Amino acid sequence: MSKFKKKKGGEIPAVNTAALPDIVFMLLFFFMVATVMRQNTLMIENNLPFADQVEKLDKKDLVMYIYAGKPSANYKQYGTEAKIQLNDKFADVRDIAAFIAAERASKREELIPFLTTALKVDSDANMGLIGDIKQELRKVNALKINYTTKKGSVFGRN
Amino acid sequence: MAKRAAPEVNAGSMADIAFLLLIFFLVTTTIETDSGINRKLPPIEESEEDVIIKQKNIFTVLVNGKDQLLVEDELMELKNLRKAAVEFLDNGGDGTCDYCKGKKDPSSSDNPDKAIISLKNDRETTYKTYIAVQNELVAAYNQLRDSRAQSLYGKSFAEMEANYNDVNWPGNKTKLKEQIEQIKIEYPQKLSEVQ
Repeated sequence: MSKFKKKKGGEIPAVNTAALPDIVFMLLFFFMVATVMRQNTLMIENNLPFADQVEKLDKKDLVMYIYAGKPSANYKQYGTEAKIQLNDKFADVRDIAAFIAAERASKREELIPFLTTALKVDSDANMGLIGDIKQELRKVNALKINYTTKKGSVFGRN
Repeated sequence: MAKRAAPEVNAGSMADIAFLLLIFFLVTTTIETDSGINRKLPPIEESEEDVIIKQKNIFTVLVNGKDQLLVEDELMELKNLRKAAVEFLDNGGDGTCDYCKGKKDPSSSDNPDKAIISLKNDRETTYKTYIAVQNELVAAYNQLRDSRAQSLYGKSFAEMEANYNDVNWPGNKTKLKEQIEQIKIEYPQKLSEVQ
């Protein structure tokens, strides 16, 4: 009965991992394409609120970002009150006019009316600060604003 | 001379390199949020003439420092705000609005064109609550526009706008634009903020 002789050595053959690099490359390309390098280093907590009636901001280069929130853990020396951040540093409400002017100067003239100001504000900031920002924006006639939010229900997750 | 076969390059560590890059991109990726509620601020110059608006055409929403809502002088939960706003906007008290489905209560707003929502907040109101209130009020307008679009053209207002912005949409865009404008005129978004 040598035909049905047991094969010698019952070990499991090694799994072929030749396709592994392909899979990893696929993932790699996805993340490379999806990645947007952050323009600004945030020095504040920026936990955006949720809303579901949102519209998309279409033209990325026509958006000016104003951040506001509590200074994050590394910048505790600046206090615990919500602060404004423009570009890479903390700013005062008075600096907004100059910031808008600088942003406008860096864009082509015909695009200036289409500039939108995106307010990225921490959900725990109070409205006094936002009111001041809005007042400043009105002074420099930057009237198109966008409250950047995450997509989700306003009632749920806090 | 005998031709020697080129030795095969060992590609075994390719996966390691790819993994390294992958992990780098995984860590640095922040999926940017680029959506939000669009608003337009009022210009700063004050208009000379005072516009007289009847009290019944104003829907006042007050948010205090403790994030409580006072709507038309009554305390209200956030979840009821949308419904109350829809009822106010869709009231059609003076009968000129033939598409309104509201109660036609003479003590509430005359028609959607005259109805104004006035939002006032304290300095201590949290941003989260403010956004939630804004969201609910915008939702009320969107709901009315959606149902109007549904009854006129058989698709929702959001869908029409999506179609308008879609480059590949095959239909007639100028006609669609007119339809969108029509609905915007019928339910104009009149949301004023008190400073």
